[in-house]
Amino acid sequence: MANRPLTGWGRTSPTVARVVTPGAQETAHDPAHDPAHDPADPAAAIGDLIRQAGPRGLIARGLGRSYGDAAQNAGGDVVLMTGCDRILEVDLAGATAVVEAGVSLDRVMRTLVPLGLWPAVSPGTRYVTVGGAIGSDIHGKGHHRDGTFGAHVRSMEVVTPGLGPLTLTPEDTPDEFWATTGGMGLTGIVHRATIELLPVETSAIRVDSWRTDDLDETMALLAERDRLYRYSVAWIDCLARGSSLGRSIVEFGDHATLDDLPAGRRQPERALRFNPLDSVPAPPWAPSGLLNRWTVAAFNEFWYRKARPRLEGHVVPAATFFHPLDMVDGWNRIYGARGFLQYQFVLPDGQEATLRRIIGDLVDRRVASFLAVLKRFGPSNPAPLSFPRPGWTLALDLPVAYAGLPTLLDGMDELVVEAGGRIYLAKDSRVRPDLLEQMYPDLPRWREIRDRMDPGHVMRSDLSRRLPALAAAGRPAPPPEPVAALSGGEA
Amino acid sequence: MRDALGAVQSVLVLGGTSEIGLAIAAELAGPRAATVVLAGRDPDALDTAACALRQGTSAKVETLPFDAGDTASHDGVVAEAARLAGGDLDVVVVAFGLLGNQAEDEAGGDGAVRVATTNYVGAVSAGLAVARRLKEQGHGTLVALSSVAGERVRRANFIYGSSKAGMDGFFQGLGDALAGTGARVLIVRPGFVRTRMTAGMADAPMATTAEAVAAATVKGLQTGREVVWVPGALRAVFAVFRHLPRFAWRRIPA
Repeated sequence: MANRPLTGWGRTSPTVARVVTPGAQETAHDPAHDPAHDPADPAAAIGDLIRQAGPRGLIARGLGRSYGDAAQNAGGDVVLMTGCDRILEVDLAGATAVVEAGVSLDRVMRTLVPLGLWPAVSPGTRYVTVGGAIGSDIHGKGHHRDGTFGAHVRSMEVVTPGLGPLTLTPEDTPDEFWATTGGMGLTGIVHRATIELLPVETSAIRVDSWRTDDLDETMALLAERDRLYRYSVAWIDCLARGSSLGRSIVEFGDHATLDDLPAGRRQPERALRFNPLDSVPAPPWAPSGLLNRWTVAAFNEFWYRKARPRLEGHVVPAATFFHPLDMVDGWNRIYGARGFLQYQFVLPDGQEATLRRIIGDLVDRRVASFLAVLKRFGPSNPAPLSFPRPGWTLALDLPVAYAGLPTLLDGMDELVVEAGGRIYLAKDSRVRPDLLEQMYPDLPRWREIRDRMDPGHVMRSDLSRRLPALAAAGRPAPPPEPVAALSGGEA
Repeated sequence: MRDALGAVQSVLVLGGTSEIGLAIAAELAGPRAATVVLAGRDPDALDTAACALRQGTSAKVETLPFDAGDTASHDGVVAEAARLAGGDLDVVVVAFGLLGNQAEDEAGGDGAVRVATTNYVGAVSAGLAVARRLKEQGHGTLVALSSVAGERVRRANFIYGSSKAGMDGFFQGLGDALAGTGARVLIVRPGFVRTRMTAGMADAPMATTAEAVAAATVKGLQTGREVVWVPGALRAVFAVFRHLPRFAWRRIPA
């Protein structure tokens, strides 16, 4: 238990919170007098932490990969969940696993891929926890087909301030289940989940990639071909201008079968080997100005030129396809002391003109986005705060030091809302608070469910303070009783 | 909460009629329609300042009685300001101060003591009250409006200058004491600023405006600076001034 400054992955807006872990704190109960109290039971330990939270509340934190302030709680408690990282049960035939919420997808994969099981949804990094994946309802390159992480959770154990420990399933408790999925940790603390897995024959991915000349070609390719593959994504060169605007490398992938591998690598234990190299740390001396317009342009040019116009049936290790950035530990530091942010939005189908305008604006202003990733989403799920909806999503990494950024992004928020789109709360660190309600029209319904699960709003984060629409009460409080009626007459 | 690009949701100005304080509030309140609480002694002047701020920006403006000399009230003022701001104080500007009249105050009366009480004693008391609050909320920045007059005190205005020297030193120490708490202190050292306070005085070299001080302050907040000089060149000028021998320094004209 210690006061520590915390930030998100973008390293902006540090605030100080008391960091606590379930099980390590002084319990309110004395085990000798309360035989029902089991200190090893995370639900009881989390219940104690919730009861002991001060006026500034508490929030769960995993590996801190949210870009903004979702897992920070200035002046309050932050419950570090990474110690609850056991894989409790694996059902090989049914392809499910029961895991503790603090376990990372890295650990899940290193343990289960050799057994022929792949997480149903794999994001761009393995260093996220299952609890964080549920709270942000994360997606991956397979969203157009597989949906979000939450759609593959069979059940979860949550401790809530209002209703105590709950077991949530989409069938029996749909309101609470979907309010917690994508609920940014504000309905309670998830400590255990049963997740679905995908049986695979190998740990490799069979990749087809295309180099496109402009945005039209990129979008047409994604729209026409992504249904043929489990995974799809486009890396846009965000500095290409004029007729090359939106030129990209479009990658499609499927899990490789044994037949896709060379004959010598088809023994199951070899085919399923999942042993990505431990990451190399980013050098601490990396200059903060390393990523500027010119180096990013050179990198994008290199990346684009290096890709062949068309490549089919290329078999690569899964980590190379899904998690290229995990190879460098702490790559977020190369953006320098002031940090960076990720701007990710989704626009419904039919709003391609807005997408073109936003990319055009970025290019015109020479805002160097080191990473610009475009993808088509599939259907959304019932979670009121889940980000994905059918359409186009673009994610941009931007250094905060760029002087015109606040105005530029505020303007982009407006375009996104006009087009019926929204931004992703797990990535956000600066959205216009007044637009959140329009981006997430189901917010009022989410607030009502949250108010049942946490009537006192004990679950709080810097994100919920920054965006009052998340902190507000589900229903406006009833007007106070007229005092005169109570005190009158008797005196 | 402050967002990743430095936009804030609430600002408290202690000395709510100070032109520099108001210029900083206006600059900060713009992007996110922040709540600004103006705290000061003269209710009419506060109302006028609040009206001007509402017209110039999208800020929601509240006013609150505050007297730098009434040190016993300072904790209560900070708590009430936080309530009016709807929760946390993202930025607090310590903007109050008296210039006094050097010649008259040297000659007699209570002017010198009033300058020292307001500028130093008031700043110590209010600064600590604010620091306690920011520490408790785990984030927030206190902006202390110091002056180059305190960097090396001059014959021409040593009553005011010494009060600012004490105040500046106090906030340097407070900033160090707050390291690791999430709360921060930004010291702003302007040169000669053309405001009501200096009306009728001849411009000193490198004179600046309240708006320029505000712009430099907001930039300093965004980049996480601990000290800002306005204009920036004064830092180099005073690096030299600090080392002038006394016989030369005392001959520096007003």
